[in-house]
Amino acid sequence: MKINKKRYGMVLLGLSAILILSIGFFSVLGTADIRSIDVFRIVLSKIPIIKRHISIEDLPASHEAIIWTIRLPRVLLGVLVGASLSMAGAAFQGLFKNPMADPYVIGISSGAAFGATIAIVLGINISFLNISTISIFAFIGALGAVFIVINIARVSHKIPTTTLLLAGIATSQFLTAIMSLFMVMNSKDLAKIVYWTMGTLAGKGWKPLVSISIPSITSMIIMNFFVKDLNIMLTGEESAQSMGVDVEKVKIYVLVLGTFMVSMSVSISGIIGFVGLIIPHMVRIVLGADHKILLPASALVGGIFMIFADLVARTVISPMELPVGIITALFGGPFFLYLLRASKR
Amino acid sequence: MATIEVKDLYFGYKDEKVIDGVSFEIEKGNLVSLIGPNGSGKSTMIKLLNNLYTPWEGKIFVEGKEINSFRKKELARKIALVPQNSSINYDFTVEEIVRMGRYPHKKRFQREDEEDHEIVEKAMKDTNTYELRDKAVTEISGGELQRVIIAKALAQKPSIILLDEPTSHLDLNHQIEILNLLRKLNKEKNTTIIVAIHDINLATMYSDEIFMLSGGKIVDRGSPEKVITKRNIEFVYNLPVAVHRNKYTNSLSITPLNV
Ligand SMILES: Nc1ncnc2c1ncn2[C@@H]1O[C@H](COP(=O)(O)OP(=O)(O)OP(=O)(O)O)[C@@H](O)[C@H]1O
Ligand SMILES: [Mg+2]
Repeated sequence: MKINKKRYGMVLLGLSAILILSIGFFSVLGTADIRSIDVFRIVLSKIPIIKRHISIEDLPASHEAIIWTIRLPRVLLGVLVGASLSMAGAAFQGLFKNPMADPYVIGISSGAAFGATIAIVLGINISFLNISTISIFAFIGALGAVFIVINIARVSHKIPTTTLLLAGIATSQFLTAIMSLFMVMNSKDLAKIVYWTMGTLAGKGWKPLVSISIPSITSMIIMNFFVKDLNIMLTGEESAQSMGVDVEKVKIYVLVLGTFMVSMSVSISGIIGFVGLIIPHMVRIVLGADHKILLPASALVGGIFMIFADLVARTVISPMELPVGIITALFGGPFFLYLLRASKR
Repeated sequence: MATIEVKDLYFGYKDEKVIDGVSFEIEKGNLVSLIGPNGSGKSTMIKLLNNLYTPWEGKIFVEGKEINSFRKKELARKIALVPQNSSINYDFTVEEIVRMGRYPHKKRFQREDEEDHEIVEKAMKDTNTYELRDKAVTEISGGELQRVIIAKALAQKPSIILLDEPTSHLDLNHQIEILNLLRKLNKEKNTTIIVAIHDINLATMYSDEIFMLSGGKIVDRGSPEKVITKRNIEFVYNLPVAVHRNKYTNSLSITPLNV
């Protein structure tokens, strides 16, 4: 491994610190005269007990409003979405032993978006355990897409890169097309469709963030229970089985957990591509293949990357905004091609 | 009670039969070699004995219990496998790979302790891989990797070890070293060892029993003296040979004659 096991804790601590600083930093960028530190003061002033010791009276109320009701939920949503996509990507790449397995590339994101669209269009409402109908439908749609893609891509017992990509992209395109059709017929609001299929973190507020945070974070934690199994599976499925790993079960758990965390994100932010591809890959280059560090580190780096990309999305042609999915695709597309080229060798 | 008992086993990958009605017993503490031409079903037999495939028909018993009634980890504590071709494309270190052998002994949230550490260290020392322990397995030779995989199997502390051509990538010195190690385990710990091997001369030197496979059937089995006969070898390999006793090792040797 690239780094010593004993340093794993340090690495994660360091990344967490960078993430927290980034949250402060990216929340204020693009707004005149608010300091990063004020973000933390505003947050602390909302926490019971601590708030007695924090005074934010020197801050204009408008600043507080911008940070608290607009920026902060947006940045935190970005962290959650980036972390979910990256961790799912890292886990899938290990599971399929395929460097191209990213939730977007293999059709999960489109499946989730498709499920969500159905829920919106049909106006169904069956919320469960506080998870919204849209999120539930996203999960169902994503599971369906995964099932289809894997069954098409599988050649006897293996899932080769080429068939995985072809099946994933074809399924994605097909679902996206139906989705756009539904939306055009139902809303005539093309901008909305574009933003949904390209992914955006804008204008969501606290409510959706709160509703997906517990399920997302829980599934990310549970995913880490399988790091040993995933590591052993990298040495080959038969070899893992002979070491006592319940390979088929682990596959199902990891697939369902990954699909779940991606669906939660997609149901709020739409389809944001390539994050789950770029981030785990970079982390693997620096930290090595051990899932024990790869999964949590990918989540943290994914969170940081996502809010960076979102900053670019909202500032690059300001006062207009781009869907953040365009930014991730601008980074991710060339990277994807580079990986494809590298894997040919 | 035999440690492994196989009854009327049939198996194939697609429509074609690869294992064609095989029955045998292996006593605890025996060192058994499977020999036979390419495609005769040695690897398939080894994998069936590790419950990696489900037979079409027939049953396999391990220590009297049907093989598919074991829990996965329980079986992995009894049987370890060293496959024919191991390739690992991920940069785990040698030590990390060997430590994976402890997996079946650990519950999901249980940490490795001092004992695991000692077992792993001993496994590496026994296979001459201790010096390599911090190297990435992507950066060692095929023979070194073979020894690492054997070390991992030893770390599993199994009572049965299945090896599929463990010496195929090894130089002469390491071939002998590994076979000596297997025989030592066999004698000292009474570990049952089943090894698919192409080198008949090595098989006769080390085995208590030899199973000769051809076309998915066991054509002969028994002591090296019984199985390694001119008639058997010429029949199975379709090659004229001379069988003689090697005066240095006092084991049977074969020499191909149409060279
Ligand atoms: N995964 C597989 N899928 C389909 N057929 C297979 C598979 N593995 C082996 N076979 C076929 O089963 C037969 C037996 O193969 P097996 O690998 O057991 O032979 P072997 O005795 O180990 O040969 P070798 O000496 O070359 O290792 C062969 O005809 C082979 O083509
Ligand atoms: Mg073989």
